[in-house]
Amino acid sequence: MSIQPLKGVWWKKVDASEKLWLGIALVWCLILFAMMPLWHLKGGQNPSFETYRTTAEQYMKKVDALVAKRKVGEEKGMPVVAPDPKEDVYMLGRLWQWSPVLKLKKGETYRLHLSSLDLVHGFSIFPLNLNFMVLPGYDYVLTVTPTTTGEFYVVCNEFCGIGHHQMVGKILVE
Amino acid sequence: MAAIFRTCAHTGLKVHNQAERLIKVHAVAGVLSILFGGIAAVLVLLTRWPAVHLLDPVNYYRALTFHGMNMLIFWIIFFEIAILYFAAPIILGSRVAWPRVGWVGFGLMVAGSLLIDVAILQGRADVMFTSYVPLRAASHFYLGWILFAVGALIGVCNFLATLVVAKTERTYEGSIPLVTFGAASAAIIAVVTLAHGAIIYIPTWLWSLGIVQNIDPGMYRLVWWGLGHSSQQINVTAMVAVWYLLATLTVGAIPVNEKVCRTAFLLYILFINLASAHHLLVDPQLSPAWKIWNTSYGMYLAVLASMIHGMTVPASVEVAQRRKGLSKGLFEWLAKAPWGNPGFAALVLSLTLFGFMGGITGVTFGAEQVNIISHNTLRIPGHFHSTVVAGTTLAFMGLTYFVVPLIWRRAIVWPRLATFQVYAFGLGIMIFAAGMTTAGSYAVPRRHWDVQFTSSIFQPPIEPAAHFFLGIMGIGGLLAALGGALYVGLTVVSVFFGKRIPDVAGAVPLAAVPQDTGRHTPISGTLVLVFVFLGAFVIYYFLNWKWLSNIWLIK
Repeated sequence: MSIQPLKGVWWKKVDASEKLWLGIALVWCLILFAMMPLWHLKGGQNPSFETYRTTAEQYMKKVDALVAKRKVGEEKGMPVVAPDPKEDVYMLGRLWQWSPVLKLKKGETYRLHLSSLDLVHGFSIFPLNLNFMVLPGYDYVLTVTPTTTGEFYVVCNEFCGIGHHQMVGKILVE
Repeated sequence: MAAIFRTCAHTGLKVHNQAERLIKVHAVAGVLSILFGGIAAVLVLLTRWPAVHLLDPVNYYRALTFHGMNMLIFWIIFFEIAILYFAAPIILGSRVAWPRVGWVGFGLMVAGSLLIDVAILQGRADVMFTSYVPLRAASHFYLGWILFAVGALIGVCNFLATLVVAKTERTYEGSIPLVTFGAASAAIIAVVTLAHGAIIYIPTWLWSLGIVQNIDPGMYRLVWWGLGHSSQQINVTAMVAVWYLLATLTVGAIPVNEKVCRTAFLLYILFINLASAHHLLVDPQLSPAWKIWNTSYGMYLAVLASMIHGMTVPASVEVAQRRKGLSKGLFEWLAKAPWGNPGFAALVLSLTLFGFMGGITGVTFGAEQVNIISHNTLRIPGHFHSTVVAGTTLAFMGLTYFVVPLIWRRAIVWPRLATFQVYAFGLGIMIFAAGMTTAGSYAVPRRHWDVQFTSSIFQPPIEPAAHFFLGIMGIGGLLAALGGALYVGLTVVSVFFGKRIPDVAGAVPLAAVPQDTGRHTPISGTLVLVFVFLGAFVIYYFLNWKWLSNIWLIK
């Protein structure tokens, strides 16, 4: 009974049926654990750990330089940038926009930098469902290879003030 | 001041009047919090249901912040401190170590919660439950957190001190009972949790006053989740202790082997708080090795603990029922269980929904890479409404139907409505969380006013299926809200107007613990159930890796 003190020795041998479940549960836990390092070795989707310190000014300069070099048009007042594959691509989050609009090629690999000029934002490629955190002061580099074509959107999925739901960017993949 | 005791006619337990009073005030504060949080819940629900879209953005984000604070922190922690005042003084027949200090702690918790609620309602703390810097709230919001955490810490220390008093004054013989052991585990986890709260909120408070200049957002997230996630681990641990308690009160449960149950609690203490990493898996500032070790609770040993309790709790019910003679086939013990008893219904629903929905989704989304397709989508609140609401809250609701008769000594006014309440709430939350989690797998973001994106420069098309599941979420949420309202109503009416229960044995029906027959009692029914659980776990887990492999390549 669970609300009465235990008297005598309660450190008893474990019953066979309990032992069976304990063993199987432990094995399952080890499988759960093994999946993560295994996916780093064999899987195609792993969170990056390429991170640099930055500041709003430094990061803004890099974004501006990319836009100046690779701008191919505008969409709703937002510069559209078509970077070269293997190139460093910069996207910034700020209240309440993601910019610039990116034009990428399917099957090519890009170094996508993410940072915020103000608050914490959530970088979510919609409706693909690929999510990363964007923190001010951190330049987070994801090495990305789009495997599908179409229009994708970047939704902010971390609350960043009253205009949070308006913060939508765009990525085109050809 | 000499302690005044009464002996409970129904349980035979010795009850210190100060323990009883402290339980009452904490429980009342808890129920008020769930009322406030519940009103906000309905407003949030009706806004996120696209077909209704009730509030404007300002009020939506405000209501969401208010909902999170009142539910995740105030309701649950007030109720947990009430449980601690039961688990040491009353179960062990001891006096409360420091009654006056206990009242100070309670006062601080009330002051802290009021400061926070006022700050939010003033519109000066639209920062969500997490208040990620550099998003800034008025300083009294942070001060409220500090006062509440210190008050709760005092309650926890009072519990630990009472354990010492009971031991030195020899109010019991042998080892402390399992429920007290579980509560003690929760208390230890609470100390660690509340310490994180102090470490992060004191500098943040100073920052809000302009004394500290800069708080690194990466560091904030790391330490904050030592509070934010770990406080949910207090809930898990307290909930499991309540499962054992409810099983005892409703069927006279007999744990097969207390060594196993207690070791599982020990695993919680050692490993469960590492899971704060669940929130940081797609953050820039931490390495994969750090993420893998911590998100796995050190090789999933806390998951092992939950899988153990998930077996030992039903097994303790099965053993008791079989010893009463309900031993035909695999499931007679379960079929003839007291399904009409709200405490038992709450136990079964809480355990099942926590395990099948909350547990499986939590571990799956907490895998480092799977988090890429889960983080900050509706999958996350879908997960934690299955753990904290369907699990912890439902278990606490079931326990309330014993607290009112045993502590207030008032009968529940409409007992059959209490049973209906538990089923409505459980079923509602199940439908709600299923809809929410599934909508999240279509990338629908959490904490978001408008998934139709009507006011943004681009309008991403949202899948019709996501709309459908948001509707399911809405319908389930309304049913849960009905259950929640009934809970508050029944509790309040019973406390004030319930028939006084005479101090005669048997006036409150409690299950007797069946005699030990000396023969081995099988737990084959439980084994079948846990293997069904494992099957569901394996399928859901690997399905998510399959879905992950379909997205873009990323490293």
